[in-house]
Amino acid sequence: MAKFAHKLRTMTGRQWMDLLVQNAIYLVILAIILTIIILDPRFLSLRVLENILTQSSVRLILALGVAGIIILQGTDLSLGRMVGLAAVISASLLQRQDYAGRFYPNLETVPVLLPMLAAIFGTVLFSAISGWVVAQFKIHPFLATLGMMTVLYGVIQIYFDMGAGGAQPIGGHDRFYTAISTGRLVEFSAGGTRVGIPYLVLIAATVSLVIWVIWNKTVFGKNMYAVGGNPDAAKVSGVNVMGTTIMVYVMAGILYGIGGYLEAARIGSANPSTGFGYELDAIAACVVGGISFSGGIGKVSGAIAGVLMFTIISYGMTFVGLEQYYQYIIKGVIIVVAVALDTKKYLRRV
Amino acid sequence: MHDYLLGIESLSKSFSGIKVLDNVHLQVRSGTVHSLMGENGAGKSTMMKCLFGIYRQDSGRFFLEGEEFNFIDPKHALENGVSMVHQELNQVTQRTISDNIWLGRYPRKGFFVDEKAMYRASRELFARLGIHLDPNLKLDALSVSQRQMVEIAKAVSYEAKIIVLDEPTSSLTDNEVRMLFDIIRVLRSHGVGIIYISHKMDEIFEVSDEVTVLRDGQYIGTEAIENLDMERIVNMMVGRDLGHRFPPRTNVPGEIHMKVSKITTKYSPIIRDVSFELRRGEILGISGLVGAGRTELVESLFGARTLESGEIYIDGRKINNSTAQKSIGNRFALLTEERRSTGLYPVADITFNSTIANVKSYRGAIGLLDDKSMTRDTETQIDNMRIKTPSYKEQIRDLSGGNQQKVIIGRWLLTDPDILLLDEPTRGIDVGAKFEIYQLIINLAREGKSVIMVSSEMPELIGITNRIMVMSNGRMAGIVETEKTNQTEIFNLAMKYLINSTEAEI
Repeated sequence: MAKFAHKLRTMTGRQWMDLLVQNAIYLVILAIILTIIILDPRFLSLRVLENILTQSSVRLILALGVAGIIILQGTDLSLGRMVGLAAVISASLLQRQDYAGRFYPNLETVPVLLPMLAAIFGTVLFSAISGWVVAQFKIHPFLATLGMMTVLYGVIQIYFDMGAGGAQPIGGHDRFYTAISTGRLVEFSAGGTRVGIPYLVLIAATVSLVIWVIWNKTVFGKNMYAVGGNPDAAKVSGVNVMGTTIMVYVMAGILYGIGGYLEAARIGSANPSTGFGYELDAIAACVVGGISFSGGIGKVSGAIAGVLMFTIISYGMTFVGLEQYYQYIIKGVIIVVAVALDTKKYLRRV
Repeated sequence: MHDYLLGIESLSKSFSGIKVLDNVHLQVRSGTVHSLMGENGAGKSTMMKCLFGIYRQDSGRFFLEGEEFNFIDPKHALENGVSMVHQELNQVTQRTISDNIWLGRYPRKGFFVDEKAMYRASRELFARLGIHLDPNLKLDALSVSQRQMVEIAKAVSYEAKIIVLDEPTSSLTDNEVRMLFDIIRVLRSHGVGIIYISHKMDEIFEVSDEVTVLRDGQYIGTEAIENLDMERIVNMMVGRDLGHRFPPRTNVPGEIHMKVSKITTKYSPIIRDVSFELRRGEILGISGLVGAGRTELVESLFGARTLESGEIYIDGRKINNSTAQKSIGNRFALLTEERRSTGLYPVADITFNSTIANVKSYRGAIGLLDDKSMTRDTETQIDNMRIKTPSYKEQIRDLSGGNQQKVIIGRWLLTDPDILLLDEPTRGIDVGAKFEIYQLIINLAREGKSVIMVSSEMPELIGITNRIMVMSNGRMAGIVETEKTNQTEIFNLAMKYLINSTEAEI
């Protein structure tokens, strides 16, 4: 600590500037939060904290999926449709027996986790195809996943039309399914309301931990960073670049499957437009969290920070009554500023 | 038969009918440093590319410890104990040292990477080589020389028997060169055979045991270093026909055209207090070691670098060259050193490549481009400079290096420049085409254009310039009359500001 204080005292103006630039995005976020708290001190409550964490959970799982692809110098525009696919599959298999417009009228009650596996099977299949196309044909992931996004919308519509209930949202969920999104592990009273640790938050935390281990402690994880940082170097060192690339997309598929399953439970229904536009939120959160589009750089903690920031900002701005349209403007500016600052770190002046 | 660790016998290779390698040999003994020398274009890198399976030889055989082999790619060579440390390091800079060394073969402990074993192995490797670096550091925190050492250590970790070092000292300071040589000596004592490619004479004499010289794709000879001196090597490299390699200097320098006064750049690498005068119709060479600031100087004149202070006068009038656009307006042209990355539009055709710098002047009445006059000008350039191409529609990437360079020179000539800044204009061009480029430069000077030419090839500076300005560590060390100077004088000037400065920089 003394050492740190000494370092602060002896820093030059230029170093201060660098330190500010490196952390500018965090400072901006901090300023926004402080402003919100000053405007409405009730923002500082356990209830708000629980809501923010709950709202961040599914977003985080999805962001971790696309983060791997961004580390490979790629991106995934099909994320939102992947969520839609998983949501529709999950919801269609988990409706109450007494619900009127059932998708599969004759289906017995299935174990609540089984449909998640079905959803994951679907998203992994399509995500692996994206990965293979990218690795095999050297197509830019932007285009490969743009194609996949369009294909998936068709697939979802076809599946949706097969349902017996006609073209209406798939609702009336099984109570165990609903409980996953609304239940809490421990509950207690605070400030007049019941708060606790929601299952969603626990699931997101577990997923983050598993992904952290995979990224940092396994050969696959290290190969992912190497392929993203310098594919040529990875190749001459004997890394299976194609296999690694496909695996990263498969992992993303798994996370999209989980995310879609939880999202349908959270919303309480699913239809073909579920998940629409989610890819942009997930990608923006990754970028703000320092997962660089130039590849090879990014941490799980960065994705967590990025997702939390966006949730805090949108929740907070709604909390103090700022109109949604202004929120869009602020969020957009934050994305661009974050990327500009990130780039500035690597900029060389001549 | 096992005298040699590595044998390359009767290697030949042609590209589109031109013999780049003609029956060359190389024999490297275990525990020696074997320098491979020759001018640019002599065939050194082609030879290495054949060895590593990047090119397929037309004929010739490779032997490693008496066994014949043919590598299919660099990875195959690496696994068999033959590795190369490239000038451009191929590394994952975002990751740590040990991640890079063990990439592709991480030690495992069950399902996980055994970080401890990896760290330990890196430490042991570094201890063996006398490298003092923490394996957990990220590569982008290291200097180029440190990254190079990591690359050498990686080669050693593959139990390399042969390590090729390609211009390893080109961006190192004196101190770092000493550290590199220490490592080379350790490797030699372990019985590794080292192929050392460099142009720097002092290094060759300091570090090598044997020297093989190539010239224009021919094998000239192999000698033990004790039997050689600098003059002898230069003779072997250049041959006796030095006089015929350059066209006669028919340009006549006139009155003072440009005056540069105390130019200092704002950002590193720093150019400090450079002043000189350029005469109309003169060819002024710029010499100096790598890192002396030659490229930075011409970029500063052209406005591609930010100036802290200093002035440029043309015909006595002060001008403002703070951006490239302004410089072009002041009739400057800059031919960049890196033709591929900053000069060419590879997939575009010759017309596009010729006219892009001057495209504004082809606008017709309503602002649309006049294709006919663009084509006409391009064809004129093709004729004037004897560019070998089927037509103006050809993609420039399909031309040879020499012809590409001519197109780019032509591009700048279309802007009607008065002052030409040429940075390594003959780099990567074969010998025959070089002569034509020299002729072109001299002709331009004779027409009254003033030329500044940066080159790392001493013979061509002495061959075609009128005066040579020597840069040393960002400063001007002196200007010499080409007719009255020699390589030793230029070399000494290049070292002028190097002695104290390396310490000053640290």
